[in-house]
Amino acid sequence: MARKVVITGLGATTPIGGDVPTLWANALKGVSGAHTLPDEWVETYNLPVKFAAKASTPASEVLSRVEMKRMDPSTQFAVVAAREAWKDSGIEEVDHDRLAVAFATGIGGVWTLLDAWDTLKEKGPRRVLPMTVPMLMPNGPAAAVSLDLGARAGAHTPVSACASGTEAMHIGLELIRSGKADVVVCGGAEAAIHPMPMASFAAMQALSKRNDDPEHASRPYDIDRDGFVMGEGAGALVLEAEEHAIARGATIYAELAGTSVTADAYHITAPDPQGLGATRALKAAMFDGLIQPEDVVHVNAHATSTPVGDKPEYTALRAALGSHLDNVCVSATKSQMGHLLGASGAVESVLSVLAVYHRKAPVTINLENQDPEIPLDVVVGTPRELPQGSIVALNNSFGFGGHNAVVAIRSV
Amino acid sequence: MASNEEILAGLAEIVNEETGLETEAVEMDKSFTEDLDIDSISMMTIVVNAEEKFDVKIPDEEVKNLKTVADAVNFIAAAQA
Repeated sequence: MARKVVITGLGATTPIGGDVPTLWANALKGVSGAHTLPDEWVETYNLPVKFAAKASTPASEVLSRVEMKRMDPSTQFAVVAAREAWKDSGIEEVDHDRLAVAFATGIGGVWTLLDAWDTLKEKGPRRVLPMTVPMLMPNGPAAAVSLDLGARAGAHTPVSACASGTEAMHIGLELIRSGKADVVVCGGAEAAIHPMPMASFAAMQALSKRNDDPEHASRPYDIDRDGFVMGEGAGALVLEAEEHAIARGATIYAELAGTSVTADAYHITAPDPQGLGATRALKAAMFDGLIQPEDVVHVNAHATSTPVGDKPEYTALRAALGSHLDNVCVSATKSQMGHLLGASGAVESVLSVLAVYHRKAPVTINLENQDPEIPLDVVVGTPRELPQGSIVALNNSFGFGGHNAVVAIRSV
Repeated sequence: MASNEEILAGLAEIVNEETGLETEAVEMDKSFTEDLDIDSISMMTIVVNAEEKFDVKIPDEEVKNLKTVADAVNFIAAAQA
C-alpha cells in the first residue's frame, strides 16, 4: 500500500491577494486582478497589449531590501509563498534530510537576464552583477526555498511551461510515496510582466488585446474571448506523508490523491484539438488516485481564455468523466487573476484544496455569453456549495510543448 | 581625492546596500569574510560598486588581497593618489 500524501500548508501571492486568506476571499467574491500597466515601457515600446494582472502585494512589502536584491522577482514570489505555506503547516521540527522542494517556473529569471543584457550593452561587462547567474537560473526559486527552509532531500524544478506548477505537485507526491522524503514544499512562481515576454506572447496572438477594458479581458468560455491575460505571483503547498502529519497533530486540508503528467506529441504550441493528451492525463490522475468519475464534484480548469485552448479541455473532460461531467461544477479562476504561467498550476491547486476543504467552488467572472460548444456547468455569480461526504476536485494545467498535468484532491 | 575617513564611510554604505549590515559594523580592522560574513559574490559586487563610487580600478587578482576593510580603504586611497 503506497503512502498516503496529505496537504497541510498553503501559501500564495497573486494578483487578487498577497496571501491565502485574501486570495480565497476574493476568489469567492469574484474580482479582477487585471489593470492597465502604469509602466513607462508600455509606451516606450508601443506594446500591443497594455495591461496585465500584477501581484496585488509587491514582494518588497514582505521581503527585506537585501533579500530583494539577491533574488529575481520570480524567486521573490516563490519565497513569499513558501514561507506562508510553511508557517501555515505549523511544522516546528522536521528531519531536514527528509524535507524536499519541488518548485516550478515556466520562464525563470527573465527580468535578471534582460537587465544584465541591458547593463552589458550600456555599461560593459564589469558592471554585470556577480549574482546574475544564480538569479536568472530556472532552479533559482527551488534553490532559494530549499535554502530558506533547510530542505536537503533535493530541490527539484519542473519546467513544463504553464503545466509546471501542477507538475511540481506530481513530483512531490512521487517523492513521498517512494519514501525519498516525508515532507515536500511544492509550488510554482512566475514574474514575466516584462516588455519582452509581453511582446512575445502578443506576437503569437496568445494575449487578449482588450486594452480599453482590462478587467473584462480574461473571459474563459465566453464567445468573445480573445486571449489570456498575463499574471504573476506564486503558489506553494506543503505535502506531507499522512503518518507524519498525524503524528504531529497537524491540520490536514485534503489528500493529494493522484497526479499525472502526459505529453501531446502533437504540436509545439497548439493543443491537440481532440484533447487526447489531456484526456490521458485526466484518466491517469484518476487511476492513480483510485477515483471513479462519480467521485469528482469540481474541476479547476486550465481555461486560459484563448479561442483555441478552452474547447479541447472540455472535450477531454467529457472523455474522462463521461455523462457525469454534467454533475461537475467548473471554475475558471484565470478569469480573475489572469494566467500565472508556471505558477498557475500551483495557485490553482491551492484554490482546489480550499474548495474541497471549505466545500465551496470559487466563481468565474466575465462569462456573459457561454460558448455553445463548451456546455460546462460553470460557477458564475456566487460560489457553489460542494456536497458533503467524500469528494474529489481535479485541477488541470496544460503548457506549450504539449505538456499536460492533472492533480486530484480528495476530502479527508 | 577622498580622505581615508571618507573612503571608509563610502565603503560602509556600499556594504550596507549589498548585505544589510549596519554601516557602523564596517570598521577598519574587520575582515570581510571572517567578521562581516561577506561571500565571494557579494565581495565582487562591493568591489565593482567601489570602483564606480571612487573612480578607481580594482583588478580581479587584487581582490583576494583585500582581506580587511583597512586593506580596501588603503588600496582605494593609493589608487586615487
